[in-house]
Amino acid sequence: MTMIQALRSAMDEMLARDSNVVVYGEDVGYFGGVFRCTEGLQAKYGKNRVFDAPITESGIVGAGVGMAAYGLRPVVEVQFADYVYPALDQIMSEAARLRYRSAGDFTAPMVIRMPCGGGIYGGQTHSQSPEALFTHTCGIRTVMPSNPYDAKGMLIAAIENNDPVVFLEPKRLYNGPFDGHHDKPVVPWSKHALGEVPDGHYTVPLESAKVVREGKDVTVIAYGTMVYVAEAAAQETGVDAEILDLRSLWPLDLPSIVKSVQKTGRCVVVHEATKTSGFGAELLALVQEHCFYHLEAPIERVAGWDIPYPHAQEWSYFPGPGRVGEALKKVMEA
Amino acid sequence: MSKPKGPAKSASKGPGKGKLRLTVPEPSARPGEKTDFSFLKLSKAGEVARPAPDCAYEDTITLKDTLIRVLDEEHQAVGPWNPKASVDELRQGLRLMMLTRTFDSRLVIAQRQKKTSFYMQSLGEEAIGVGQAMSINQDDMCFTSYRQQNILITRGMPLVEMMNQIYSNTADPLKGRQLPIMYSSKKYGFFSISGNLGTQYVQAVGWAMASAIKQDTRISTAWIGDGATAEADFYTALVFAQVYNAPVILNVVNNQWAISTFQAIAGGTSATFAARGVGMGIASLRVDGNDYLAVLAASRWAAERARNNNGPTLIEWVSYRAGPHSTSDDPSKYRPADDWQRFPLGDPIVRLSKHLISLGAWSEQEHQSVQAELEAQVLAAQKEAEQNGTLISGEQRTAADMFDDVYEHMPAHLVAQRQQLGV
Repeated sequence: MTMIQALRSAMDEMLARDSNVVVYGEDVGYFGGVFRCTEGLQAKYGKNRVFDAPITESGIVGAGVGMAAYGLRPVVEVQFADYVYPALDQIMSEAARLRYRSAGDFTAPMVIRMPCGGGIYGGQTHSQSPEALFTHTCGIRTVMPSNPYDAKGMLIAAIENNDPVVFLEPKRLYNGPFDGHHDKPVVPWSKHALGEVPDGHYTVPLESAKVVREGKDVTVIAYGTMVYVAEAAAQETGVDAEILDLRSLWPLDLPSIVKSVQKTGRCVVVHEATKTSGFGAELLALVQEHCFYHLEAPIERVAGWDIPYPHAQEWSYFPGPGRVGEALKKVMEA
Repeated sequence: MSKPKGPAKSASKGPGKGKLRLTVPEPSARPGEKTDFSFLKLSKAGEVARPAPDCAYEDTITLKDTLIRVLDEEHQAVGPWNPKASVDELRQGLRLMMLTRTFDSRLVIAQRQKKTSFYMQSLGEEAIGVGQAMSINQDDMCFTSYRQQNILITRGMPLVEMMNQIYSNTADPLKGRQLPIMYSSKKYGFFSISGNLGTQYVQAVGWAMASAIKQDTRISTAWIGDGATAEADFYTALVFAQVYNAPVILNVVNNQWAISTFQAIAGGTSATFAARGVGMGIASLRVDGNDYLAVLAASRWAAERARNNNGPTLIEWVSYRAGPHSTSDDPSKYRPADDWQRFPLGDPIVRLSKHLISLGAWSEQEHQSVQAELEAQVLAAQKEAEQNGTLISGEQRTAADMFDDVYEHMPAHLVAQRQQLGV
């Protein structure tokens, strides 16, 4: 399966298993989503379960909070993560805090799906990675898969979880893995082991990171598209990097990070989002707090520049394997 | 070479009448002056027609500029909106309104005594929540703002429990996490109050949609003030309610004031708030919020409409915020001190009691004795609640309650932070 098919399969599975699951968003119903992630679901489950929504992100999320308070499990879509901002009040002030402020009386078991990330010539408003807004918000789970197998298992886990989950989908990975080499043809998921996705129900537990490449020299903490960029950088520099796909951004799998960095003694954090106050800053702080006496070199951070995502300068902005490779060599020289 | 020309003049637009100027609406009176209440579009009691509750929204278009009223100047119930409520129902409503007002005044004193940090009265607006709560079922869900304590009181939440929340004491059901009066009670169909204005309005619509999705029979009620209608979620809610024909009552309590801001700043005087509803294709009523019988009639109409799949109703309740916005507010700095006495729709408690007196079902004497009884009831509840602590007594929820319920299960980072605090 592609990641698109895997996500659709997760929603199909959960719509079939749980009559409280409902799926809606802009163009999600009849048309099946602008990325085809919900294709055929309305025909299969009816307009009562899968439907089109007006163009109002705060309405989509806000109505979802009300539905969740009733007892449904809404899986709502924001067409691009770049367009989540009108819904931030509903996510941060409401969904995230409902359980806390009502002492558990009301809860918001909902999933907010949003395609994110760049590398597609999306320009300023089709490329952003706003994960730090959500990791900074108490009460929300923020997750991002990097392959079809994880995408399905994590989406099922997110739908079954009783906390509100922001589910970020790197649209650059929808049809195949991407290592940042934009000049080479993209290989589809059908030729990748992680494109093998079981048909039925399975989960990938939240708060679990995965070592995607074992190594002894340096730990690379990455997620989303950057997992493949880091793999390419390790391959091309010859640095024996251990690459950790974080998968769940917050709450996260701290023991896996600590175990790896204590083994390698070096760490590079990579993300597409802009650098300052990005999620990488939190990862750096955690590694510094928990692994200080094991560190052989300062922790490096490779991120998007602190500018709005540009159009023509896409590959100067996107932290590709060249920039990640330089960071790998730099920590090894220290 | 010809001389450079200035910007070309647009022939079609003409020269205008000089410089443009910004309009900033003002109330007709400030402290020391007298409000001119002619901006209120009033109708005579009994004058406004009553379409059938299953009517098309178009049949309510004219109702956006009129005012549904039942009680006339002689305190008689007249016209097609007369709910024909029984004397017992009216006596019960009056009692609940009086209880709300008594509760409020007691808690304002408690705040002045520093037993709690904060309180908000609903003085003058008691009829609206009581009347609507009496018109819907106990298992319908109410998504309120912070000024519908009368709904909780009507639905029978023990006063002690409400006070425990206000005192953030050891028995506070919300474990000391919420500002006083931000109640939450699933048991009493009262959704968790948020400080963020307007957010609950679209949530109420979502709840109603869920009820429709599950082919349930329950409806929801949404509540917002005049000021908060300017929030985006107000319009978002109206769009969702209309598009999905959600079984919801969309209440706008127009008490004329948003803290210090007159409702004209929310856009309420050029077009009524009811006009927003019909503009979106939603059946809309504009009702005398201080006329308990009109509140009953309009709420029953809207509930019947919602329950029969005829869709949402927006109701603008015209009332007046008689008290300060909150215990942190001093209205004498921005409006006339005697404004409420001059408000044309009067006091809902006085009006209902006079109606009952005219029916021979109430008396000044009974009013006094019921008032004394309610004061004793509130005082007893207060004494009981204060056994569990107040801000002064220092018996409060402890830090040990602070880390729970952020997530369903406490994640590792919160376990670590809790251990760091040593609780």
